[in-house]
Amino acid sequence: MPAELLRVLACGSVDDGKSTLIGRLLYETDSVPDDTMAALAADSRRFGTVPGALDFALLVDGLAAEREQGVTIDVAYRYFQTPRRRFILADAPGHQQYTRNMATGASLADVAILLVDAAAGVQIQTRRHAAIASLMGVRQFILAVNKMDLAGFDPAAFAAARDTIAALLARFGDVALTAIPMVAREGDNVTRASARMAWHDGPTLLAALEQAVVPTPVPTAPIPTAPIHDAPARLPVQLVLRPDAAFRGYAGTLRGGALAVGDAVVNARAGTSARIARLIGANGEADRAGPGEAVTVTLDHEIDVSRGDILATAPVPEATQQITARVVWMDATDLFRGRAYLLMAGTASTVATVTEIAGRMDLDRVADEPARALSANEIGTVTLSLADPLVLEPYATDRALGGFILIDRLTRATVGAGMTTRIQPNGRAVYWHRLDIDKAARAALKGQRPAVLWFTGLSGAGKSTIANLVEQRLHARGLHTMSLDGDNVRHGLNRDLGFS
Amino acid sequence: MIPPDAAHLSVLEAEALHIVREAAAQSARPVLMYSIGKDSSVLLHLARKAFAPAPVPFPLLHIDTTWKFRDMIRFRDATVARFGLRLHVHTNPDGLARAVNPFDHDPSTYTRIMKTEALKQALDAGGYDCAIGGARREEERARAKERIFSVRGPGHVWDPKRQRPELWQLYNGHRAPGETLRVFPLSNWTERDVWTYILAEGIDVVPLYFAAPRPVVERNGALIVVDDDRMRLLPGETPAPRMVRFRSLGCYPLSAAVASAAADLPAVLAEMAASRASERAGRLIDFDQDASMEAKKREGYF
Ligand SMILES: Nc1nc2c(ncn2[C@@H]2O[C@H](COP(=O)(O)OP(=O)(O)O)[C@@H](O)[C@H]2O)c(=O)[nH]1
Repeated sequence: MPAELLRVLACGSVDDGKSTLIGRLLYETDSVPDDTMAALAADSRRFGTVPGALDFALLVDGLAAEREQGVTIDVAYRYFQTPRRRFILADAPGHQQYTRNMATGASLADVAILLVDAAAGVQIQTRRHAAIASLMGVRQFILAVNKMDLAGFDPAAFAAARDTIAALLARFGDVALTAIPMVAREGDNVTRASARMAWHDGPTLLAALEQAVVPTPVPTAPIPTAPIHDAPARLPVQLVLRPDAAFRGYAGTLRGGALAVGDAVVNARAGTSARIARLIGANGEADRAGPGEAVTVTLDHEIDVSRGDILATAPVPEATQQITARVVWMDATDLFRGRAYLLMAGTASTVATVTEIAGRMDLDRVADEPARALSANEIGTVTLSLADPLVLEPYATDRALGGFILIDRLTRATVGAGMTTRIQPNGRAVYWHRLDIDKAARAALKGQRPAVLWFTGLSGAGKSTIANLVEQRLHARGLHTMSLDGDNVRHGLNRDLGFS
Repeated sequence: MIPPDAAHLSVLEAEALHIVREAAAQSARPVLMYSIGKDSSVLLHLARKAFAPAPVPFPLLHIDTTWKFRDMIRFRDATVARFGLRLHVHTNPDGLARAVNPFDHDPSTYTRIMKTEALKQALDAGGYDCAIGGARREEERARAKERIFSVRGPGHVWDPKRQRPELWQLYNGHRAPGETLRVFPLSNWTERDVWTYILAEGIDVVPLYFAAPRPVVERNGALIVVDDDRMRLLPGETPAPRMVRFRSLGCYPLSAAVASAAADLPAVLAEMAASRASERAGRLIDFDQDASMEAKKREGYF
């Protein structure tokens, strides 16, 4: 039985043979039931593209609409296992909305399979897929150079594709690459070594998947840079359990490092601390738990903790109200500076306002260019101002604590995915400083009588327009003015100001 | 307890506990869809773990078509009593009044009225804004793209275009008025995972999953167990005892058994490793039209 679980992303452009490859992988790992095989034989005769043989691509085509069109339009999940490992494969379609699908599939992936057609060579799409997967934190890649039959089984064609991708991936830092020449349609180097390409001295695809590093027991963590027990524990609280007056437990999935009974923890948002009194894991009462485990803890004395709080061991992270992040935009309506969304990170939510769009990524050059907006399937770097303090970690350190989603407050759809790159710590210990220049001193200097004009009315009634005209007139008379516009002030000091 | 050589189940278990807790935390009135089968048994086991030592904070909902195996109903009532759960049973009163049954009505009409419509009625009547179910993506091709948190529009309709991208373990449960959620904590589990987990955790399941001599008639190649005297036998059909078990349970006239000698869990697992007939093959309702599951889902079938 499998002792490990590996999450894999498969990406390729249309017609590279991804469906064929996945179908074959399922078939050869005995993951296809007999009656499905019978249906496949019938489907292959009706819709197949492989004359006189089984068309494995039909095994993995799902929705009726896409079977008619012959294209996949959404991420699909496939399951197979070997005696050693259980695999979850996210099958991300390559063409339409590929960024959105790729990002979704890559968010949890430990390994990405990049498919290229040997005859066509590395396409722009493939380069983009590689860029997106590495931005999403994937650190292990398998390059499947497919359709080697069409390239005459030529080692040089294979080497050319491998070197192009290796050079590209090198730009994303420490990334592991395994390249495999393949004929998915006939099964060469999928699970069986190919006699026709005996020159390949690397593993088959299945062997490469079995050899890939399973990062940690944590389903969502990247490859750890420090041993797990050294990393500080983070418990984002999902629920407070209060079955009776005697028990008050905090339930959540443990992130970061291990947590044990007796550990001192701090509610990172409030700064209050306590010790772990009891720890209940999936198998009941326990002394300690590791990252990725669903636990419930009780504390040795009562402190205020609710959903969205994070119980943390030292070093305790600081809450923040300003972050910089890479955002993958997924909605038909653009992201603009000044727009506010609901941000969900871990179990916490708050309103986030876009204060700056620092750039939009040109996936071909893998570099940011200036931009005023982000459209669907674009990736940009933005600064967000948060209405409430939140605890976040850099995405590069921890995917689970650094990734967030943006939700449209009206449609409630998930419109963006964010990866925290920079955290601006919140100022602590702020005192009021008395200043000597007051209202009377300023009035005397200006030689004018101070006055406040307050425009009230419904949103959209024309307050800002009138205020602007009034200010122009006063200015023309040489009077000093200052306008505080409702929308403008929400960009800065008053970012947490509501609309009701 | 999960043995070290099936440690992948610990990851799936932790993921499912996280999902069940998110569903509860993000909903005002969640309900657990309890169909009495093996997936429901695992789901219930996980729900009890997720909130321990507190009780399961939501009720169970069973849509009773009145054609379930008697063993299923007995098991359901015993389970509810044993764990002190709240159970809500609903049958479509219009269907009852019109005597809709699996013999006089074709499977898709029967399913629509006694299951799909009944489920919608029960969800509306209970004011439930979130239904937690045991469906798995592996079960059927149309489910491979289903989200873990799936939004249903007014009337419980599923619109593939409106499904939200799901990244990391962040589940967007925000709903507009009239919208409800379906949550599937077992999305990433396979049938084999389910049985391995049942064995590891010692979870009770309906005895129909284990081989025993049962009165069987063979109809169009399917083995139908005659569970009570409402079964309409065709001329020439006489129930005869055969060693059979079920891979999937539903309404008895529509559930096909498989010939098997596997009388306990290890035997079932061994048989599964050897055989490769997909479990839905035993559900006769899926065969009537191409892509039938997708069509049913659009209407609100679970
Ligand atoms: N010659 C050759 N054709 C292949 C190979 N793999 C797939 N194909 C064909 O390429 C076409 C596209 O394959 P498909 O799997 O549908 O591609 P997808 O769009 O990437 O999923 C089909 O006609 C396949 O039969 C291969 O290794 N060699």
